[in-house]
Amino acid sequence: MKGWMGKLRVLTLLGSIALVLSGCGRENLTALIPKGYGAEKSLDLIILSTVVMLFVLLIVMILYVTVLVRFRKKKGKEDFIPKQVEGNKTLETIWTVIPIILLIIIAVPTTIATFDLADTEGSKKALNVDVTGNQYWWHFNYNGQEIQTSQDLYIPTGEKVYLNMKSSDVIHSFWVPAISGKMDVNPENENTMYIEAYEEGVYWGKCAELCGPSHSLMDFKVIAVSPEEFEQWVSDMQSVDPKAVAEGETAQQGQELFQEKNCMGCHAIGSSPIQVGPNLTNFGDRTQVAGIKEHTKDNIVQWIMDPESIKPGNKMTGNYPTVSKEEANKIADYLLQLQPSEITSESAGN
Amino acid sequence: MSVAATQKRGFGSVLWDYVTTVDHKKIAHLYLFGGGLFFLIGGIEAMLIRIQLAKPDNDFLSAGLYNEMITMHGTTMIFLAAMPLIFALMNAVLPLQIGARDVAFPYLNSLGFWLFMFGGILLNCSWFLGGAPDAGWTAYAPLSTTSPGHGVDFYVMGLQIAGAGTLIGGINFLVTVVNMRAPGMTYMRMPLFTWASFIASILILFAFPALTVGLFLLMFDRMFGTAFFDVSLGGNTIIWEHIFWIFGHPEVYILILPLFGVFSDVFSTFAKKRLFGYTAMVFATMLIAFLGFMVWAHHMFTVGLGPVANSIFSIATMAIAVPTGIKIFNWLATLWGGNITINSAMLWSLAFIPTFTIGGMTGVMVATVAADYQYHDTYFVIAHFHYVIVGGTIFGIFAALHYWWPKIFGRVLREGLGKLTFWTFFIGFHLTFFIQHFLGLMGMPRRYWVFHSGDGLDLGNLISTIGAFFMAFGVIVFIINVILTARDEKAPADPWDGRTLEWATASPPAHYNFKQTPLVRGLDPLWIEKSEGKGKMTPAEPLGEIHMPNNSFLPFLFSLGLFVAGFGFIYQTDNKAWLAVLIGGMAFSLGTMVVRSMKDDLGYHISKEELEREAD
Repeated sequence: MKGWMGKLRVLTLLGSIALVLSGCGRENLTALIPKGYGAEKSLDLIILSTVVMLFVLLIVMILYVTVLVRFRKKKGKEDFIPKQVEGNKTLETIWTVIPIILLIIIAVPTTIATFDLADTEGSKKALNVDVTGNQYWWHFNYNGQEIQTSQDLYIPTGEKVYLNMKSSDVIHSFWVPAISGKMDVNPENENTMYIEAYEEGVYWGKCAELCGPSHSLMDFKVIAVSPEEFEQWVSDMQSVDPKAVAEGETAQQGQELFQEKNCMGCHAIGSSPIQVGPNLTNFGDRTQVAGIKEHTKDNIVQWIMDPESIKPGNKMTGNYPTVSKEEANKIADYLLQLQPSEITSESAGN
Repeated sequence: MSVAATQKRGFGSVLWDYVTTVDHKKIAHLYLFGGGLFFLIGGIEAMLIRIQLAKPDNDFLSAGLYNEMITMHGTTMIFLAAMPLIFALMNAVLPLQIGARDVAFPYLNSLGFWLFMFGGILLNCSWFLGGAPDAGWTAYAPLSTTSPGHGVDFYVMGLQIAGAGTLIGGINFLVTVVNMRAPGMTYMRMPLFTWASFIASILILFAFPALTVGLFLLMFDRMFGTAFFDVSLGGNTIIWEHIFWIFGHPEVYILILPLFGVFSDVFSTFAKKRLFGYTAMVFATMLIAFLGFMVWAHHMFTVGLGPVANSIFSIATMAIAVPTGIKIFNWLATLWGGNITINSAMLWSLAFIPTFTIGGMTGVMVATVAADYQYHDTYFVIAHFHYVIVGGTIFGIFAALHYWWPKIFGRVLREGLGKLTFWTFFIGFHLTFFIQHFLGLMGMPRRYWVFHSGDGLDLGNLISTIGAFFMAFGVIVFIINVILTARDEKAPADPWDGRTLEWATASPPAHYNFKQTPLVRGLDPLWIEKSEGKGKMTPAEPLGEIHMPNNSFLPFLFSLGLFVAGFGFIYQTDNKAWLAVLIGGMAFSLGTMVVRSMKDDLGYHISKEELEREAD
């Protein structure tokens, strides 16, 4: 049996090594390959605490294996009665004091990093984005810039972007593992955190607080582009003309349908305070449909006709007039034309 | 299970006996049955969750049903499986360990069980009445207050009723330990299981009222139009998180401490050694319990409480690692130099040490605030708390069941099947949960109905699901073991060469436990008598009449009344006619209280002659 246990340990060890070698998960999603300030700080602490704790585990395991090897009942000594030891002051002091020292080694950098990550003093001079969590989509309002987007958050690399987060319904949690740890998005107060991406890229974001049936479908993207590209994007977004007439017959019909079916009641195109549903200003440039599906016309049509089949419990289902397949195709043609900027996820190397 | 012992009597009479019993040993059987039943239900829910997550974008369960499944898995396992199984152990063993004839309040003991049982049944009725609660076992507002249907209403009423039972049980064991110890059984001579159960009972006394208050607020919000958690009317949802975790964190220690006691007893028995550092073990347990009330906000590091609060709660949490470490090292020192027998009970206990150490290790890691921003609400946390709750509580319950089965049912569980259960469950457990640490860090949040094929999480989830099947297999083997063992021959009074008082009486003990109350002369009283060559306890009193309580049907009826009233509470929001059911149920329960108060129930006496007739 002891042999079994030993083998099991070796297997576990080999398993974890294989896991590490086979990769740390999907790049731009995993927290194990940090691409931003917060994620880097967290990973430093993850590594420090793992190393210290593995040291403790090692000592426990050495004692444990020794005990099992040396003190198992042996043939011929079945009736041996061991000495009844009450305790040992010195030993007990040692295994009280050493853990305290080890914990201090972890606690000091933890506290420093905690205060560092909570320091939002710099927000006044930096880019601020108001983030609203909704069942089951994200709204981003670029503070003072008259730009609103949904699902895709564009940020410049190499600088701290401050996010002022609030929920419009239940509690959500904003998490982009590759760039930063998470923070809850509460309905009653605004939480501020900052994110900083070191390099260009499309980083995957997820909602990390149970918020209803489609909690697992509330993905979003953070698209980090160079500061110059970001400036270009900002000016493109600011100069959008929401009334511009679409090109091509079907797209124009789609634009008319968009008005007729009163899509405008919830979805704004161009800068607008309306945020009942996602803002569609740069819908044509979106990385994914509804945050989870490939950005294809078919998927857009499916969403328009039956959003419930993609996101159960969403707030769009049942709140708009019936749309035929033909009409949905036309609307999709129109929406796909909403590409106000050259700067897209492709600029970030997607 | 216990049917074997009472085969000669009709089923009806056995059933009536159990429904009305106030005997702590039979109530232990009831708790074991109830807790075991819910453990199986919770296990099936877990398997359905793992099947859903076996492959990416799976549609085995619908999104809404999945949320019901995770909510019910957590709620069932914590409140309806782990808690009652622990109460089963306390009932079965604690009075015996202190040399008592019963608990302090036998009637309340029965009431506690029936409240738990009816609360659990009420909660599970939701499956058949429009859907189970779906806001997570933590029921965070406003998701819980706005959840459509009656699912969360069942959560509120079911837990309120079951929680009252738990509170009653906790108070009962507190008073039992304070008042019912045999002569010579001083506090510092109590076995560690008794100590740990005593401390866990104190935690129940202080932690459960917080849950009760929280559930009342939630109930008023959902059923009677208040707005404690409604932000648009000036409420605050963070308050719920605080209230829930002020209960929720001590609850974790309620779940683990009694099993720490079990491991202490098992190690010391099978190493044939006195527990190393007994005093340190007792005070470490107290310290863990005390600190357990100071750390609730570590469940809320990402809520936005600010760096000061986060750092304080982080350091307080890390501090718990110190007394826990003391316990681990004391257990190892107990084994050191011993003459160790490895059987099923010991296997579970030995497996606990590395497993729980890993759980403690990740515990310190999640206490590290700035790192927790990554761990929080991901599969890393899922892995962490399954390592402590399964690796600690469930391993402990299995160890305790194999150890005390002869005392509870008078049969020794079969070793071969016991080992098969252990190895499949142990391997399955590590397969299921070890990989989840990595899944979390690779970006998989908890409570996710699906993950996507591009997320790089496929392999880890598949391994996890395979492991779950091993665990399920282990549990099935255990059930087979229980059934087969029922036909085995009777166990001796002391099959393990035990050290504590429960082994000084028959297996299973007579309903009065000890013919004569034993005189305790030190820690491990039976061991002392054995090592001095006497081999049995010296009585502390001459043989005389024993006063025993009468059975009562009232606890069952009282709980039934609340069960019925629960439906009234839930459905009066749809139709005011249900108020009649509410009032009727409450009046019925009140009626049973009046009957209990008016009726003189003085119990009965077992005469000296009758005792003399019975063999030792």
